Amino acid sequence: MRPADLLDFAWQVLRGSPARTLLILLAMGIGVAAVVLVTALGEGARLYVANQFGSLGSNLIIVLPGRSETAGAMPGVLIGKTPRDLTIEDALALKRSHAIRRFAPLIIGAGNVRAGALSRDTPVLGSTAELMDIRNMQMAQGRFLPEGDPRHSQPVCVIGAKVASELFGSRAVLGEWVRVGDRRFRVIGLLAKQGESLGFNTDEIVIVPLAAAQALFNTEALFRILVEAKSREQIAHAKADVEEIIRLRHEGERDVTVITQDAVLATFDRILNALTLTVASIAAISLAVAGILIMNVMLIAVTQRRREIGLLKALGATGQQIRLAFFTEAMLLASGGAAAGLAAGELGRSIIAQVYPAIPFQAPWWALVAAPATAVITAVLFTLAPARRAARLDPVQALSRR
Amino acid sequence: MIRLSGIARTFLVGGEEVHALREVNLAITRGEYLSIMGPSGSGKSTLLNIIGLLDRPNAGIYELDGGNVTALSDDELARVRREKIGFVFQFFHLVPRLTALQNIELPMVLAGIDPAERRGRLARLLAEYSLEERASHRPDQLSGGQCQRVAIARAMSMGPTVILADEPTGNLDRHTGQEVLSVLERVHHNGGTVVIVTHDPDIGARSQRRLRMLDGAIVSDENG
Repeated sequence: MRPADLLDFAWQVLRGSPARTLLILLAMGIGVAAVVLVTALGEGARLYVANQFGSLGSNLIIVLPGRSETAGAMPGVLIGKTPRDLTIEDALALKRSHAIRRFAPLIIGAGNVRAGALSRDTPVLGSTAELMDIRNMQMAQGRFLPEGDPRHSQPVCVIGAKVASELFGSRAVLGEWVRVGDRRFRVIGLLAKQGESLGFNTDEIVIVPLAAAQALFNTEALFRILVEAKSREQIAHAKADVEEIIRLRHEGERDVTVITQDAVLATFDRILNALTLTVASIAAISLAVAGILIMNVMLIAVTQRRREIGLLKALGATGQQIRLAFFTEAMLLASGGAAAGLAAGELGRSIIAQVYPAIPFQAPWWALVAAPATAVITAVLFTLAPARRAARLDPVQALSRR
Repeated sequence: MIRLSGIARTFLVGGEEVHALREVNLAITRGEYLSIMGPSGSGKSTLLNIIGLLDRPNAGIYELDGGNVTALSDDELARVRREKIGFVFQFFHLVPRLTALQNIELPMVLAGIDPAERRGRLARLLAEYSLEERASHRPDQLSGGQCQRVAIARAMSMGPTVILADEPTGNLDRHTGQEVLSVLERVHHNGGTVVIVTHDPDIGARSQRRLRMLDGAIVSDENG
């Protein structure tokens, strides 16, 4: 039998009972569409998290005072007391590493910011000029903090968009003076609106030079040191350098925690991948159910088409040809259902993407391959038994019944 | 051309052995028109199924066109059946979802014959059995006589060695039956070998050679 004739024969069978064909296509289609949709949701969530981390700055390493010995707890926060502070000298010592491009020490506190009669409480960040590049900050007007020795400072500050509009309304802010606590700062820059990135809203902060913040909050201790490695490959090297340099400075004690962006991202990646796989496998069960449906339908077909199978054998069809006819029929059903499912899944995905434009929903390529492949393979596997039964049918008995 | 020697076939019915055929010896030569008659249960259909390679004998040797076909595998039998045997059944056995044309084409499709070659043969068969106007009709749109003509055209499509007809008029009225019979007789006149199983003595009387069967054995074999 020629392949084209085989396809044509199976096509005639499917066309001969449209209701049966449509129902199986529906079952197969729902299974495939479910897998595509579920994996698109999972992949979308994963990409969303990855993008959020990307906006933090590239190749970022975060140095925290204190060491987390027990898993899960934020070091230095839940323990209450850190053994040794991170100081500006610790930060400056990092210059020795060749794997580090730049770093920015960070102090955070709450301050009362006033301009004229208006005042509000905002988070106040003390840092250096490097913060801008490390955090990928954009300026709307003016410039960022000036470069120079972080131990000495000028009385200047950079403010977020929301702080500016609340204190100055629509007036120009560059060159104006604001009072933070008991100190005066000249506004030299206005941050562009960036919104929230991982719990940090740059629209609502005031950034002052590090030394000014130390005086303002009366502390030598740094909250964080943000470190940028020279390249992605250098991250591990830079991390080791940071640990080693600070250990030497802290009399051989490992009392800081170094977090790489990669590590955090990898954790999220693992969680979301596991989640996607789990839900996708649940969706894949519906494919197996569709396969069982195909088997049932084929078993019924063998019974219903006894006479036809007997006739085909009388006309000279070999067992192989009968089996092939059944497989072709199942393959057509499965691939038709898979195509319909892929189309429906894509439609569903684009609808959800319209509703949540911020999240990049996109089914991963492996799901787009695996879902239809699973559909076809289950269809063929579940047709094995019915096809065998048909091929073994005794033509004399099959033909003798009316 | 067809030589059966010592063919026996037994069935197990409810744990009891039933002898459908006992020691049947039969030779059929090319171009013969032969009828097999006998009461139901006499083994005539079993004999036809064995000649048609649908059934295997328990004992004996069957030679077709000089070759022993008794020991062939199922798939080899299917191929021999496709090339050398044409079946015509009492209940037509047309595939209901296929058109008359597609039904006639079926053996050629199974044999994997080239579509261009198939078209040529189909045109000739449709003309020969006056089915041109019915080519695209499905079996439920055809009369019984037309259905049986489609079945005969299908049986002839591979140019078989022998046409085996099992009660070909059994499901038709008298007039249509005569018509179908004359179609089969035309096959015979054109040099084909035709074997008809029937219990209608009038039909049996029209054939050139008449076998009578009783209890699984051939009891008479008349010629002329």
